[in-house]
Amino acid sequence: MAEVVLMKGNEAIAESAIRSGCLYYFGYPITPQTEIAAYMAKTMPKRGGVFLQAESEIAAINMVYGVAGSGKRVMTSSSSPGVSLKQEGISYLAGSELPALIVNVQRGGPGLGGIQPSQSDYFQATKGGGHGDYHMIVLAPSSVQEMADLTSKAFDLADKYRMPAMLLADGTIGQMMEPVVLPEGKPNLIDKPWAANGTLMKRKHNIINSLNLDTPDLERQNFERYKKYAVVEENEVMYEDYMMEDAEVCIVAFGIAARVAKNAIAAARKEGIKAGLIRPITLWPFPKKPIAAAAEKPELKGFISVELSMGQMIEDVKLASSMKKPVELVNRAGGMIPTPDEVLTAIRKMAGGDK
Amino acid sequence: MTTQILLAGFGGQGILFAGKFMAYKGLLEGRQLSWLPSYGPEMRGGTANCNVILSDEPVGSPIVTDPDVLIVMNLPSFDKYESTVVPGGMIIADSTLIEKKSERTDIKCFYVPATKMANDMGIPTLANMILAGKFIRETGAIKWEGMEDTLHHIISARHQDMFDANLKALKAGYEYEG
Repeated sequence: MAEVVLMKGNEAIAESAIRSGCLYYFGYPITPQTEIAAYMAKTMPKRGGVFLQAESEIAAINMVYGVAGSGKRVMTSSSSPGVSLKQEGISYLAGSELPALIVNVQRGGPGLGGIQPSQSDYFQATKGGGHGDYHMIVLAPSSVQEMADLTSKAFDLADKYRMPAMLLADGTIGQMMEPVVLPEGKPNLIDKPWAANGTLMKRKHNIINSLNLDTPDLERQNFERYKKYAVVEENEVMYEDYMMEDAEVCIVAFGIAARVAKNAIAAARKEGIKAGLIRPITLWPFPKKPIAAAAEKPELKGFISVELSMGQMIEDVKLASSMKKPVELVNRAGGMIPTPDEVLTAIRKMAGGDK
Repeated sequence: MTTQILLAGFGGQGILFAGKFMAYKGLLEGRQLSWLPSYGPEMRGGTANCNVILSDEPVGSPIVTDPDVLIVMNLPSFDKYESTVVPGGMIIADSTLIEKKSERTDIKCFYVPATKMANDMGIPTLANMILAGKFIRETGAIKWEGMEDTLHHIISARHQDMFDANLKALKAGYEYEG
């Protein structure tokens, strides 16, 4: 059996990335994700990899662009204000069809904000924080185990579809320790015939660029890219269905909010209220189908979106459910976390009157 | 069986380390667990607290709002968290640093002069582990057996010389009557 170790979420990301064949890390320190950089600084040289603390987040993401173009697995990590700085580079990665991992261990904002956990970069991550028509694959871990598993998954998906992937975590999952089993065995590295890694005078050189002044051709590229996105949306949706079978109240929550929700669901079920959870694991592509299906169920009274933001994912819940049932919000912001009691109160209300 | 533990004090008292010790012991016993620090920008000073959950079932939220056990090492934390302990729960307080006693009758309280004991034993930085020893004795949430192994795991390589001192502190707390 694989060894179970106790690790911080941030450390699990770093170790899992190296085991997934990522030997290039560029970043700039910021709370609450600095353990990733610290782990990489300590570990990469021993494992034949490169750790480089860049002069800024912008420099780091452009270093990522360079390595991604050479076809090697590469990542950067930061927290909310730092990830804002990376948006230009992320748009260039998407425009140049380059795979890379960007980790955002979110903290409260806007601006410099605070250092406590948040989920208020949902819009930025899922709707494209940079310019132009593009998407990233966005994965939302809810445990230290998923920090490890989804890091590995993100590299595989990014390579498969030639697009950047983001791990959208939060300060709680980054800072907490839990037992974790790290990925073992060979990483799933694929051929990248498009990489600019030297022609050896044997082939035509590959060009990696997002500039295209041929307007009709740039339009064509955009349409092609969206065909790819449609394939991702069809095949790569991940979510956890928790006690939804008989649910009359459906909570939608990801990351740390989903764990708070599970406590509330346990308490509600003790009172005889049938509550369940749909936990998106991919935020893009968003699990529209299970939410649409839940909205059709006659016994379902409505949805409660639980978020560490002023209500961002709730827009996707409303769209996916076509507003066929009421959609309520339980939220805290700026670094605060909803309590199970706050969620339970909303469940009771939706289930029919305060008991 | 689930035990929700809140450890609270000043930064630098080893609050996070004591929590990590409990979490690691839980891991070696095959329990489900979570360890969550309140993190701040500073290494020392300020308040520090740490949430540890030990359970036989998967841990939901790692955030402890109503602890079964409060281990407390300063007065501000005592005042702040005393009322959050669940009825039937427990407080283990460092009575060198907290002169106050709880007026609650629905919880068990243990007052251990841990800082004084640590000073007297010549291990002034290990009051935290004295309280951890008392925790093991009074809750049984983790077992005494296998303690050495856990300590070896969590004491970093360059601090292995602190192993004996940590064990001494744990024993002193474990054996403390009162």
